Amino acid sequence: MEQKKKEKAVVYRQTQRATGIYDMWIETSLACQARSGQFISVYTQNQSALLPRPISVCETDKEKGRLRIVYRVAGTGTREFATYKSGHRIDILGMLGNGFPVETAKGKRAFLIGGGIGIPPMLELAKTLTDAASKDIIVGYRDKELFLTDDLKKYGNVHIATEDGSVGTKGNVMNVIEAEGLCADVIFACGPMPMLRAIKQYAQEKGIPAYISLEERMACGVGACLGCVVKTKEIDHHSHVNNARICTDGPVYLASEVNLEN
Amino acid sequence: MINTKVNIAGIEFKNPVMTASGTFGSGMEYAEFVDLNRLGAVVTKGVANVPWEGNPTPRVCETYGGMLNAIGLQNPGIDVFIQRDIPFLKQFDTRIIVNVCGRSAADYVEVVEKLSDQPVDMLEINVSCPNVKHGGIAFGQDPKCLFSITKEIKAKAKQPIIMKLSPNVTDITEMARAAEAAGSDALSLINTITGMKIDIHKRTFALANKTGGLSGPAIKPVAVRMVYQVANAVKIPIIGMGGIANAEDAIEFLLAGATGIAVGAMNFVNPYTTVEVADGIADYMKTYGLESLDEIIGTVK
Repeated sequence: MEQKKKEKAVVYRQTQRATGIYDMWIETSLACQARSGQFISVYTQNQSALLPRPISVCETDKEKGRLRIVYRVAGTGTREFATYKSGHRIDILGMLGNGFPVETAKGKRAFLIGGGIGIPPMLELAKTLTDAASKDIIVGYRDKELFLTDDLKKYGNVHIATEDGSVGTKGNVMNVIEAEGLCADVIFACGPMPMLRAIKQYAQEKGIPAYISLEERMACGVGACLGCVVKTKEIDHHSHVNNARICTDGPVYLASEVNLEN
Repeated sequence: MINTKVNIAGIEFKNPVMTASGTFGSGMEYAEFVDLNRLGAVVTKGVANVPWEGNPTPRVCETYGGMLNAIGLQNPGIDVFIQRDIPFLKQFDTRIIVNVCGRSAADYVEVVEKLSDQPVDMLEINVSCPNVKHGGIAFGQDPKCLFSITKEIKAKAKQPIIMKLSPNVTDITEMARAAEAAGSDALSLINTITGMKIDIHKRTFALANKTGGLSGPAIKPVAVRMVYQVANAVKIPIIGMGGIANAEDAIEFLLAGATGIAVGAMNFVNPYTTVEVADGIADYMKTYGLESLDEIIGTVK
């Protein structure tokens, strides 16, 4: 098994992609073991903002030892990250989380669904789902400020929804699936909770598996603090209650195994 | 070789560095980062007589120089703990301190009795949990309740007990004296300070539980002050904690009167904090030519 570690990474390049959306390539020894659906914890250099920020893997370049993260500025930490220039040294902890089970898509028609800042993990996933029969990548944005769509087009058929209807289908990712009559045998998804709930229901109706990536406030990121849990259908093997740790047992779960109601 | 040993209630620790309960699981998760053999003791996450679900999420949030948590003592129950966590920790040359929680005196006693024949070195009793029988008043906030629960647990415990004190009281020395009078072998302090954060965008509480326990460097001055006060009020040894981030912080606690120290929230920030603190204490001893930590413990009066 790979060993988790905290290390100094170096910002290779950072570009703003849309309002509040930043795209950062970092050089790190962790890149070679990073898998789609996993995440790293990024530390701020502000001693008053101590907890690391969990950010998912968007893409890896294993030969060059680079890892790409695409994130939204949401507060003190990410506001600081957005100021980093090439050569800046940052502390990261990784690799964390289980990742998407890519082997389950072998010979199957796959949906890769991303909503908002849940889109970035779909890129590395699309790159690594080489055994799938087909890949429909369905992405939902607020408006015409798209990001990562050109990258995604290299690895599958991209279908776009925007909340204001400025690009693609007006509405959300579920509206695109319906409007375009798309079908799949397996779903991989990351995005806001209402979207994940809709996907869980859709997958249940179609009788297909949906692997969804969950988000929760975290502290340690390694399974010790029990801060980030999700309610599980069955008693969890580790906690012995109906709670699983998103940072270690997840963040990717089979939708039918978790309770998404709050 | 620097002698960093300390003795608490007749138990010898290779160094004073421990992990604060709830921040280190049972060591399994951090064993990937830290050689547990280097620690004075691993203090486990609280364990009750039966599995506890804990609170709804969000359970944690960041605050200035610290964090709030309201995990709600989620734990797998003592039976799983004995079968899984104790054998794991026994692989290492470190002391094992099991943190015990409960909703009633009977809960605590049940856990303590189940641990009586287990290879654990000490028991830390978390008395900041709501007392169901007393209508939600914490055991640790009423000296009479603290005295009686301490006495009851001490009568059944086969290992030395450490009562863990809450800082959410008017006078912590009153609580410390009550625990000492009832036979507690040592004290640990401080537990987290009750706090609150409001999310101004969602116009609701940042934690589902509304309130949570504040930890991290933000609380360190409060913790040092309380350790100092308690050290001057009781004769039993103290394990000090609250925002320790490095060896300098740990040494402050030793000078204030703590014999052991624990690293808590900072494990989340830097998983190597415990061993860095242990190394830093040894360096300090070398710098000042100390032969034993007894030369500095409680010397700032």
